[in-house]
Amino acid sequence: MAAGVAAWLPFARAAAIGWMPVANCPMPLAPTEKNKRQDELIILNVSGRRFQTWRTTLERYPDTLLGSTEKEFFFNEDTKEYFFDRDPEVFRCILNFYRTGKLHYPRYECISAYDEELAFYGILPEIIGDCCYEEYKDRKRENAERLMDDNDSENNQEGSMPSLNLRQTMWRAFENPHTSTLALVFYYVTGFFIAVSVITNVVETVPCGTVPGNKELPCGERYAVAFFCLDTACVMIFTVEYLMRLFAAPSRYRFMRSVMSIIDVVAIMPYYIGLVMTNNEDVSGAFVTLRVFRVFRIFKFSRHSQGLRILGYTLKSCASELGFLLFSLTMAIIIFATVMFYAEKGSSASKFTSIPASFWYTIVTMTTLGYGDMVPKTIAGKIFGSICSLSGVLVIALPVPVIVSNFSRIYHQNQRADKRRAQKKARLARIRVAKTGSSSAYLHSKRNGLLNAALELTGSSDDEQHISKSTSLIESQHHHLLHCLEKTTGLSYLVDDPLLSVRTSTIKNHEFIDEQLFEQNCMDNSMQNYPSTRSPSLSSNNGGSTSCCSRRNKTTTHLPNSKVPATRLQSMQELSTIHIQCSEQPSLTTSRSSLNMKSDDGLRPNCKTSHLTTAIISIPTPPALTPEGESRPPPSSPHPTMNISTTCSNVVKVSAL
Amino acid sequence: MGCFSGVPCFPGLVDLYDSCAQWVCVLLSFGLSDTSDSDLELSSIRHQPEGLEQLQELTKFTKKELQSLYRGFKNECPSGLVDEDTFKLIYAQFFPQGDASMYAHFLFNAFDVDRNGAICFENFVVGLSILLRGTVHEKLNWAFNLYDINKDGYITKEEMLAIMKSIYNMMGRYTYPIVRDDAPIEHVEKFFQKMDRNRDGVVTIEEFLETCQKDENIMSSMQLFENVI
Repeated sequence: MAAGVAAWLPFARAAAIGWMPVANCPMPLAPTEKNKRQDELIILNVSGRRFQTWRTTLERYPDTLLGSTEKEFFFNEDTKEYFFDRDPEVFRCILNFYRTGKLHYPRYECISAYDEELAFYGILPEIIGDCCYEEYKDRKRENAERLMDDNDSENNQEGSMPSLNLRQTMWRAFENPHTSTLALVFYYVTGFFIAVSVITNVVETVPCGTVPGNKELPCGERYAVAFFCLDTACVMIFTVEYLMRLFAAPSRYRFMRSVMSIIDVVAIMPYYIGLVMTNNEDVSGAFVTLRVFRVFRIFKFSRHSQGLRILGYTLKSCASELGFLLFSLTMAIIIFATVMFYAEKGSSASKFTSIPASFWYTIVTMTTLGYGDMVPKTIAGKIFGSICSLSGVLVIALPVPVIVSNFSRIYHQNQRADKRRAQKKARLARIRVAKTGSSSAYLHSKRNGLLNAALELTGSSDDEQHISKSTSLIESQHHHLLHCLEKTTGLSYLVDDPLLSVRTSTIKNHEFIDEQLFEQNCMDNSMQNYPSTRSPSLSSNNGGSTSCCSRRNKTTTHLPNSKVPATRLQSMQELSTIHIQCSEQPSLTTSRSSLNMKSDDGLRPNCKTSHLTTAIISIPTPPALTPEGESRPPPSSPHPTMNISTTCSNVVKVSAL
Repeated sequence: MGCFSGVPCFPGLVDLYDSCAQWVCVLLSFGLSDTSDSDLELSSIRHQPEGLEQLQELTKFTKKELQSLYRGFKNECPSGLVDEDTFKLIYAQFFPQGDASMYAHFLFNAFDVDRNGAICFENFVVGLSILLRGTVHEKLNWAFNLYDINKDGYITKEEMLAIMKSIYNMMGRYTYPIVRDDAPIEHVEKFFQKMDRNRDGVVTIEEFLETCQKDENIMSSMQLFENVI
């Protein structure tokens, strides 16, 4: 529980008096405080610096060193203080955590020293408050990366790798060319061929030399064979590379959807399409157009260049800003084009033949290019033209720095946000685990508490000491509070207990169900359409729920009388508690005679309701209960128990598991 | 803003001044505004409780007990006042599996006797004194006051149903047996059957006290929290 909340526990317990008059069942006994101490100041001497605080302050967090009895190991009898041979600076933060409930991380501290101190005092770093958590995580990440880099460089020098299979080795080689010489060779070879291919495409179109007939030929047509061979070689290399990557990819589907693979495909497709289509003269025009796509090979360089990848990523992430720029430009272009068109409409031989024709003028003017192919001739046109160029400077110059700063901001933010999101999920998961830990701690102690209660009732108090009371006083008080709530409503908490299963015949004395089973039970409940009969249940559930408590009283009073050993008593007590939970049925009333009269068939449908399916989990057939291996409960046991065994033997078959 | 003398006054310029002024105001308000006024209010209000002697007279706690109570109270609420949201937050931490906000709301109203929307230390400690050190009669009175939501001296079925639903909400979803929707209603019916002697549909304080004093379960459970502090 959090810091100050422990201080409010007395209040919450006092407020529980509000439940008393409406409670169904009697309340459990409150845990007694043996040797109740007055709150006292304790002295913590950390390397000579003395800190003082109340004992209850430290006891707020009983699972840390200072809050538990672990600190007794550091108690110095002579000076009557607790001496810790640790750093007093960090201890200040730790003690403040107990006082305020928030753990802060001081920036001047070394991260590993701080971590060590936290580990010593038994405090989880996840508890660091939001104000300091980001700083802490950043520093920790830097530290970890630095250590990892050191480790990596060591590893590379050693050259010892865990053995991976062929696919994984290839994938690693592709992704990180520095892992092995072969990968490096591959990397450079592909890079070389990309360069060759791009240069080929460029040089193909350069006119080189004339042919008799006074026609300038581009080199591509003059040395067609050579260029074709070069192209073929490049495409072969690219195809082989693509296929190898496809083979090595851990997730082929994801690889095929990735941008780089699409670029690869687009880069080599034109060649194959060209191979297929060389015969048709009609589509050769289209084929020539396809050659344009060969320029996409230059994008393959992005595998070789980190900078290109970053640029592509930031462009993608700045898409909205770019979109806004485009939109505002478009607006301005349309406005000015319209104005110029109507202004120049009057003049003769004007180039501004239509508004779309004026777009070209507007764009050229706004970007201050000013080609001069379209020039306004009227005075109004010239005035608006100058306004257009002035506003062009503004419209373009203003968003661009914003976009540039957005680039860097968004880029860094994205990096940090992704990391924070990943950390947050893990962090929340850990906090959730701690929270369920506290509620499952309640149920564990409830189980222990019930055994205690059974033994107390039978008067065997010496067994009580065997059961270790490992919960602190605050915890036991909190659990007592939750127990009172259960008694008020007549319901009880469920928890996930993986130890429990029908196959193991170890007895557990409570209904334990995890959430999946719970939902399944809910579905079963609704599907079975056994409406746990409203009309009879209204009258008899009243009886049923009072019978739960009175039944409990009844069976427990039997126990002292029956001459059975203590272990048997435990199991019978447990049986009776299970029976309590089973007993919200119209059929199981307090009268013995009606119990006898009820047929099994009458019982079974009742047992099919969801709460019984859960109880089944915890009841194996009675033979399994006793370590002595008796086959059935002794005849001296009271009728209700007898009926339980029959009921349960029927019910076991119906188990939802 | 109109034209003022000494400034060449073109209509366009006036509009420019206006829009500039408006724009500057908007910027200032963005820069300087606080998150919410209510936060400001609560942080500037501070409440100091009355002296220890007066509190000792008002309640049945000893000096040491009052001291330790106040330390815990002040730790959680440095301003000296608990508003309803903080109260709900604190109370919800004791019931992680369910939703304790409704019951915390009723509790808050029961503690906040002067109905000013915040519990000060005096209210807190007086309420605790009744609950922990009071006679059974006083405790039952307090419980009646809790159930009587509109404080008119009668508990109606609607009030009891609201209280019952809030108690069941605290248990949460994962319970055994599964909470049926009519469980609170049944519980209320049972309560009224027990308490409402003259079957007039409301429970008065006399009926409540009479019935509770006859029920030994309730009487014994009232003594349960004697040694809490």
